[in-house]
Amino acid sequence: MSTPRALRQSPALRLSSASFLVLWCVMAAFPIFWIAVMSFKVPIDAFASNPFDVIFGPTTRAAGKGLSLFDIVAGAALLALTWYVATRHVARLASALAIGGSQPLGWVLAAAIFIAGTLAVFGFVAPAILGPIDSLLGPLGRPIIGLTMEHYQAVWFDNQFYRNFFNSLIVTAGVVTISLSVGTLAGYALARSGSSLAFWLLIIALVFRALPHSVLVTGYLPPFINSAEILRPIFGDAAPTLYGKPWAVIMVLVSINQPFTIWMLRSFFMNIPAELDEAARVDGCSHFEAFRRVIMPVMWPGVITTGLFSFLLAYNDYLVTALLLDAQNQTMVPAITGYFNRETTTTDQVEAVAAAVSITAPLFVLVMVFQRQIVSGLTAGAVKG
Amino acid sequence: MRFKTFAAFVAPSLFLMVLFIAAPLISVLWQSFYLTQQVFESVEVETCTPGFVEQNCVTEIKSRPVIGDDGKVVTETSFVGLESYRNLLQPAQTVAALAQGSLAELLKIDFWKALRFTLTFTLITLPLVILVGLCIALAVNNAVRSIRGPVIFISLLPFIITPVIGALSIRWLFVGDGILTAALEWYTGRDIAMFAQGWTIEILMLFYRVWHVAPFTFVIFYAGLQTVNQDTLESAIIDGASRFERLRFVVIPHLMPLIVFVALIHLMDAYRVFEEVVGFRSEAHVISLQYLTFDLLTPDDSGNRSISRASANSMLTMIGIVFLLIPLLMRTWRDHRGKAR
Repeated sequence: MSTPRALRQSPALRLSSASFLVLWCVMAAFPIFWIAVMSFKVPIDAFASNPFDVIFGPTTRAAGKGLSLFDIVAGAALLALTWYVATRHVARLASALAIGGSQPLGWVLAAAIFIAGTLAVFGFVAPAILGPIDSLLGPLGRPIIGLTMEHYQAVWFDNQFYRNFFNSLIVTAGVVTISLSVGTLAGYALARSGSSLAFWLLIIALVFRALPHSVLVTGYLPPFINSAEILRPIFGDAAPTLYGKPWAVIMVLVSINQPFTIWMLRSFFMNIPAELDEAARVDGCSHFEAFRRVIMPVMWPGVITTGLFSFLLAYNDYLVTALLLDAQNQTMVPAITGYFNRETTTTDQVEAVAAAVSITAPLFVLVMVFQRQIVSGLTAGAVKG
Repeated sequence: MRFKTFAAFVAPSLFLMVLFIAAPLISVLWQSFYLTQQVFESVEVETCTPGFVEQNCVTEIKSRPVIGDDGKVVTETSFVGLESYRNLLQPAQTVAALAQGSLAELLKIDFWKALRFTLTFTLITLPLVILVGLCIALAVNNAVRSIRGPVIFISLLPFIITPVIGALSIRWLFVGDGILTAALEWYTGRDIAMFAQGWTIEILMLFYRVWHVAPFTFVIFYAGLQTVNQDTLESAIIDGASRFERLRFVVIPHLMPLIVFVALIHLMDAYRVFEEVVGFRSEAHVISLQYLTFDLLTPDDSGNRSISRASANSMLTMIGIVFLLIPLLMRTWRDHRGKAR
């Protein structure tokens, strides 16, 4: 199909539009790409002022840590193999692991196994095999690009970052499941009820969405610290101190996220024709049965999208978790500020970079897998009004 | 849907919002008028040191915290009225600074400093975010179909990244002799330290925020561009409208509701600026209102949190939110009335 002549663009316009796009893409990706490169270098290379030193890492290479030509070829082959496994076998694994016929559970398990396997192969198996081979190969086995995993090792094992990772995992998993189960019910009711009560609820939710989180945390902090005394009349001596408890933070994050969740789910439910549940009602279902049997099977796209945004909120949160969790139960993002307080050596700085890259990597995978859902979620609220 | 069913469906969500959003607001208001302090008592202490003929005894009055029966420090809560607000706003110094007409004096008070930055930050990023997002959307719309997917993927990265980490990643490019500082030094031929003074940090913070939010506005405008009426565009061409005129008189009016939506969301979010201060570690030069609350809530060296002042600051922050929300609420109310009719 040829474009009409009037709509055709002059070469100058096309060129400037294309170069603007290239510029934007470079700006968007560069900082993230760069911290990823830095995290694999020894401190002198990582903070070198010459960009080529950062990329090729002469000091790292001189220390004998690096990738040889053979390693790069082998790594590329391994990467291709990973891609092949991901596209061919993960789906089969997921259906095999769908315990009790629950597809989402199967996918989560399969993805976890696949990611753990990939990390193990690239982090431990490949270096162990390739190291001895390199020493046999002579010139082909000499490192040409400096690369070291020592900072990741220091962060994850020496500094026990895996604890923070598990805390993040608990908090995000809790937030996503609870806010979706509470939010879908409310979102469904708000989408189906045209009463002005529903309208006012949505307006109040909108006002709540605008509140700075620090205001709310100011309200939580004193009762949370003293909760054991406040709750004693009700629970007796078993009254818990809410401060520092991950499940208390989960409830807080769920509630903070609730306004956004119900607005988004409502806009998805508006797109499901009301005739569907009316038909179910005619067949004798109660409202709840109609929701469970008729709406639930068709609501998954909207729920997955909303779940992604709940995940992002919980995962990216700094303010709430930094103030309401103590050091033992800290999640990943606030834990990274621990590196500032003792940021005395450049090694600490590169370790902070490695921790930052570790936090970003799951998000990168998330965008890769769920790009379409994220875009649809962003536009859901805006375009439909 | 009957009221009872509606209530049953909404109840869990409503319960959470009342317990964790509405109740804390009331408690913040209450806390801002009360001050919880440790109780101190004055005791006469006689310390004696051995001397040659007789002991040297010194009697002094010391104040020490009262320890209760349970071994904890006794605290008391008293009504202090507007004392915390006064501590925060420093009316005497404020009036003095205003009388001198000296802005520098005024900005030495934390609250005004935070307010100044929060407002300039919000107002400067707003047009930039809309403009950059619109440009990317137009450029992507112009591009070949096959590269749009990858471009959207790359564009989403700054949006999805953890804010603190995003700010840090830009900071690491500039810190010390980081590669971009080195590049700037090479280009200008001067010694540059990006983190030694407030205004350079502020520029980086503004840049970070635009970088972080532009993908969001881009995606929304891009979706809006797909629904521009092609017939209107064609008739504009027949009427002899240039490319710029078509953009100005057809495309932008079509996108106007989206621009308003994006602007309101951005105002709400930029007013809550916080993570930039942590990521760029600018607290010595530049702070925001949310950061001020955060800072007051963080235990100081002796482990005390200034809850009362933090509450007062929160209440003052919320006044700003009310101003931001009024236009939004009025618009929603109009839409609702329009639909109901």
